[in-house]
Amino acid sequence: MHYYNEEDLTRFGEIGKARPDLFEKFMAWYQACQEDGALSKREKALIGLAVSVVVQCPYCIDAYTQSSLENGSNIEQMTEAMHLASAIRGGASLIHGIQSHNAHDKISM
Amino acid sequence: MIKSLPIIEQESPARAAVGFDEKLARHNLELRAASVDVLQVNVGKLCNQACKHCHVDASPKRTEIMSVETAEQILATVRRFKIPTLDITGGAPELNASFRRLVSESRAAGTRVIVRHNLTVMFEPGQADLPEFFRDNRVEVVSSLPYFLQAQTDAQRGQGVFDKSIEALRRLNSVGYGTEDGLVLNLVYNPTGAFLPAAQTALEADFKREMKTRYDVLFNNLFTITNMPIKRFLGYLRRSGNEERYMQKLLDAFNPATVENLMCRNLISVDWTGKLYDCDFNQMLDLSVEENMPQIIAEFNPEKLNDRRIVTGAHCFGCTAGGGSSCGGAVADYSSFHLDVTS
Ligand code: SF4
Ligand code: SF4
Repeated sequence: MHYYNEEDLTRFGEIGKARPDLFEKFMAWYQACQEDGALSKREKALIGLAVSVVVQCPYCIDAYTQSSLENGSNIEQMTEAMHLASAIRGGASLIHGIQSHNAHDKISM
Repeated sequence: MIKSLPIIEQESPARAAVGFDEKLARHNLELRAASVDVLQVNVGKLCNQACKHCHVDASPKRTEIMSVETAEQILATVRRFKIPTLDITGGAPELNASFRRLVSESRAAGTRVIVRHNLTVMFEPGQADLPEFFRDNRVEVVSSLPYFLQAQTDAQRGQGVFDKSIEALRRLNSVGYGTEDGLVLNLVYNPTGAFLPAAQTALEADFKREMKTRYDVLFNNLFTITNMPIKRFLGYLRRSGNEERYMQKLLDAFNPATVENLMCRNLISVDWTGKLYDCDFNQMLDLSVEENMPQIIAEFNPEKLNDRRIVTGAHCFGCTAGGGSSCGGAVADYSSFHLDVTS
């Protein structure tokens, strides 16, 4: 038994069994975000992939890997997007080191 | 040349959760032919390549190849019925002894000729003048290039294929293909795995930009083609545990707007022995045209064939997914495509 099952991705709609009104609102928003707009579907799929890796959601990683490929991206482009997102995540952690330095300085002579 | 070939067992056909005809019926649709504008002739399975996704199972070791007699019957049909378009495929059709005669005689009869040219065959013995031959006969050249990068292309088509393909494209450009009016060079993209192709217009723009800046190669149109769940690609889906998921993906992406323009509505496919089929995929699955129809090229009769019912199977979902897929690429605008929820 795993906590994550691949098949559960296709069961996402079951969340809507309870409070379907909320799920419908979520789905309308979610799908509208995917459409071609000022950004292309391909750019959006790469953003989706980068965010998925950072939030470490296996379902989203699977889905956005496929949708990146299906929107014409290749593995180099996908990997660059994932590196950028991960680097921002690393940087976002590291800059909190300033908090530590501040705290250190505050109590140090 | 490759050393070993995938062994193709007599495999069971791909399965989908819903039958293709049943799916059409749910949308009040039925698949019938409209006319025979294109005669698509598969002159045999001999090829200088052995690509991983090949639906023909073509390779250098195959011996099934069209005879001179059958090629003459094709020509007689083209002349007698004034066939608008002859589409020649294989294998590598250029390796058939009747190939050049089929092309030049059909052109002389006023027929438009399309050749499915794999590019690398140009480097086989006796084939170096193919660009000039194509140009002199105003042949429309359609060539596969799965991707504009070497790694993805070689992974599907074999080691060294990408570099040779680029060289061949440059030669075609140098005689005017892709650069002069009337010398049409179209490329075919198909996904390098168990996923659907990107929208044709978006991908064409990428290919045009990358092919020009990276390799100084020009071409006219990019056709996006879905990998059909038959033969070698079906074998790959099964070995990699992707069959069920891929079939469901095709089914979920069913787009009723593609049905009107499916290529089987306007073509007849002929195999190397002269037998007739609704399309090249059905040919590979041995699904010949409806029983009460002419079965061989010698009996060809467009009046009878025009309104025939198309023989279908689960593989047909490959033609109706998303923007659709045909030998001429996508058949419906992606904007008319919404996820189908009636399955
Ligand atoms: S070049 Fe075409 S016919 Fe030859 S093996 Fe590859 S896909 Fe098949
Ligand atoms: S596989 Fe052949 S018969 Fe089936 S829909 Fe496609 S073109 Fe038509």
